[in-house]
Amino acid sequence: MPEKFTIEDLKSILRECAGEDEGVDLDSHILDTEFEELGYESLAIFETTSRIEREYGISLGDDALNEASTPRALLDIVNARLLSVA
Amino acid sequence: MSRREVAITGIGVISPGGIGVPDFWRLLTEGRTATRLVTHFDPAPFRSRIAAEADFDPAAFGLGPQEIRRMDRAAQFGVVTAREAVTGSGLDMSTVDPGRVAVSVGSAIGASVGLEEEYRAASDDGRLDLLDENYAAKHLYNYFVPSSIVAEVAWAVGAEGHAAMISDGCTSGVDAVGYGCDLIREGSADIVIAGGTDAPITPITLACFDAIKATTPRNDDPEHASRPFDASRNGFVLGEGAAMFVLEEVEHARGRGAHIHAIVSGFAGRCNAYHMTGLKADGREMAEAIRVAMAEARVNPEDIDYINAHGSGTKQNDRHETAAFKRSLGDQAYRIPVSSIKSMIGHSLGAIGAIEVAASVLALEHDVLPPTANLHTPDPECDLDYIPVTAREQDTDTVLTVASGFGGFQSAMVLTAPGKDHA
Amino acid sequence: MTPSAVVTGIGVTAPNGLGTKDYWAATLDGTSGIGRLTRFDPSGYPAQLAGEVPGFVAKEHLPSRLLPQTDHMTRLALVTADWALADAGVKPDQLDGYDMSVVTASSAGGFEFGERELQALWSKGSKYVSAYQSFAWFYAVNTGQISIRNGMQGPSAALVSDHAGGLDAIGQARRQIRKGTPLAVTGGVDGSLSSYGWISHLSSGQISTATDPDRAYLPFDASASGYVPGEGGALFVLEDEAAARQRGAEIYGRIAGYASTFDPRPGTGRPPALKRAITLALDDAGVTPGDVDVVFADAVAVPELDRQEADAINEVFGPRGVPVTAPKTMTGRLYAGAAPLDVAAALLAIRDSVLPPTVHSDPYPDYQLDLVTGTRGGPVRTALVVARGHGGFNSAVVVRSAR
Repeated sequence: MPEKFTIEDLKSILRECAGEDEGVDLDSHILDTEFEELGYESLAIFETTSRIEREYGISLGDDALNEASTPRALLDIVNARLLSVA
Repeated sequence: MSRREVAITGIGVISPGGIGVPDFWRLLTEGRTATRLVTHFDPAPFRSRIAAEADFDPAAFGLGPQEIRRMDRAAQFGVVTAREAVTGSGLDMSTVDPGRVAVSVGSAIGASVGLEEEYRAASDDGRLDLLDENYAAKHLYNYFVPSSIVAEVAWAVGAEGHAAMISDGCTSGVDAVGYGCDLIREGSADIVIAGGTDAPITPITLACFDAIKATTPRNDDPEHASRPFDASRNGFVLGEGAAMFVLEEVEHARGRGAHIHAIVSGFAGRCNAYHMTGLKADGREMAEAIRVAMAEARVNPEDIDYINAHGSGTKQNDRHETAAFKRSLGDQAYRIPVSSIKSMIGHSLGAIGAIEVAASVLALEHDVLPPTANLHTPDPECDLDYIPVTAREQDTDTVLTVASGFGGFQSAMVLTAPGKDHA
Repeated sequence: MTPSAVVTGIGVTAPNGLGTKDYWAATLDGTSGIGRLTRFDPSGYPAQLAGEVPGFVAKEHLPSRLLPQTDHMTRLALVTADWALADAGVKPDQLDGYDMSVVTASSAGGFEFGERELQALWSKGSKYVSAYQSFAWFYAVNTGQISIRNGMQGPSAALVSDHAGGLDAIGQARRQIRKGTPLAVTGGVDGSLSSYGWISHLSSGQISTATDPDRAYLPFDASASGYVPGEGGALFVLEDEAAARQRGAEIYGRIAGYASTFDPRPGTGRPPALKRAITLALDDAGVTPGDVDVVFADAVAVPELDRQEADAINEVFGPRGVPVTAPKTMTGRLYAGAAPLDVAAALLAIRDSVLPPTVHSDPYPDYQLDLVTGTRGGPVRTALVVARGHGGFNSAVVVRSAR
């Protein structure tokens, strides 16, 4: 299991689970951009987080998801879970 | 020439906690809930383990072993409720031209119980990428095409007019009734057996709603898990069942001295064109459907005595819907009692719209409004009169029922007591 | 006066041609798109031929955001709708959303998508089921996705009646136009060429097990032994005629008549209801059998059903009384997409004054049909399209020239 979940990991999962909005460049500085602004609505986030949970063997919980409105927030939550599992 | 009007002359219902119209109505007016931990299979692996299940024995309704094998559970519901509706209507099918009898059945997910079972058998529980046809049922095709449900209903009642399934997600049930009304009004049929059926309490359906966290995880309190309009609501509870009606051209019904339960005086559907599952907070498209349905029924907000809400108990739905009522009914929205029977019988997808038509018709007939169970702490954003907990007696001549479905469908129907229509 | 509904745009995705132009050229040329299945390995199954849409690369046509949430047939449908709108010269973003409806037909939903999620559930567990399963598989998916992609908010629906559904959808779209919605996208694009879909097809007992693509699907032939399933279909822009003329739209033809009936329950001894669907559709269109220039047959290629269809046609038109054709011999049967593709062929036949052929079939004389076995010229003003669905669904549409 990788010890850290990076923005690159997240981008690759996002692309696979939800594609990429035409007006958005995921390779620009997106860490603090709201998922909604990146073109990802709740379904895209459910699909993405459920993939992260399965691939990394962690559980993110409903409340965590409500709070993770940006990539940085989601990375923080995932990495905190990874630490607590390890 | 005056327009051809549509009467409801027969009703059949299978609902959780209420098989047949009398038991269904008793459950609703007593404000009891039929939600419980899933018993159809072991729900342990799922996030939401609650459902409103119908205790339905097809053999008790005269279905033979071959019919039971051939028909998916949703088809069995459809056939039994269609028979109840026809029997109750007093219609002697041998006296009508079968070519003038149409069938319009709403279902969101069709024969999915059978589809999942046959998938498991033919794939050895998913072990095989290529399924083995030798392990699938001979009648698999009946599950593959949900229109087989329509065929079963048509055979059961002897209809030979137009027959189709309307599958508009969770508005299917009310849309199928609306579709049937169109057939009568335009003259394609004199009688339509119309309604909705779904049997979605299956592992795949639980899993797909788990995946979008649409169903409530309140597993420790199943009886109080469905909480439309309550501040503590956190998702809907799956249900199952069916309601079917005999729709009949009014003069045809009067000509044979039939009892008319209600007149379907208006119907309209719109789409939000926004999202497959999401709703905008403003309720704009549902409001438009309500406005058009009221215009067709020639009623004003002042005339509406009761609203049977979609009220699924998800955060977004109940706000969306409240906004739609205010947008379409103005200040009258605060006067009109509203309730969600999903608080008691859960959300049976393509069936519930028709079951809610049944509840609306019974409210008209009995002058009793079913309550919203489990509503103790109203959401400040849902600030209408939702008839909390206890049924209410009230003179009722005109009812609005609405539905909202995945795919963006928004539908509204106006039902009027016979002799009280505003035409 | 009841508004008339006309077709102003056609989109086609068919096994013998991606896009209307390729489909029609192949069809007039008698080129079949039936071949050995490539979407999964069919070696272990008794039937191995199908009509697959060639050369369709979804990401060339659709944004990547839509791909993870759509079944193959929904992708085909979205692109087919785009093409129909472009053909009609309609820009949906310039119209009021409530003035546009979507009415499509489906037979079995996004079946391949659903199969994948069933496998995820049963082989791995419920947490592996996609967030998109809740709508990607259900029957209303194409209507919903087309509505969202094009901002169409008018009264919309999905109809399901097996192979007959495509005509029922067109009938419902016409109803909405008559009730006041100026424009509707309608028809059907369908497909379930996955392993579970395949064994479901096989369970109908009507699938040809022949291995030679030229001998597999032979409706109205003495050696008829079932049909070949396919994928694809057609979608149309249907408009209120007055509005279409006002904007100077090119009109392919009018949906002049529609009717649908259901067969009696087996064992009652009552006659099949197909003939009644045909006569009701002709009546609805205000035409007589003599006005009809060609019949696009349902053509199941199951002897008993071919016999029933031939009888119905002969009872209405007289023996060899009307040219009958089944260009679906070049595509296979496309379920909810089948009849819309025939409606497209009928409209193009009207435009080009030509009758597309039925390939490979050697007409069985007993059926007494004038089967169009080679492309035939001749004015076409009125065409009848017939479709039937498993269990007893019969639907018929009359398409007429609007000139």
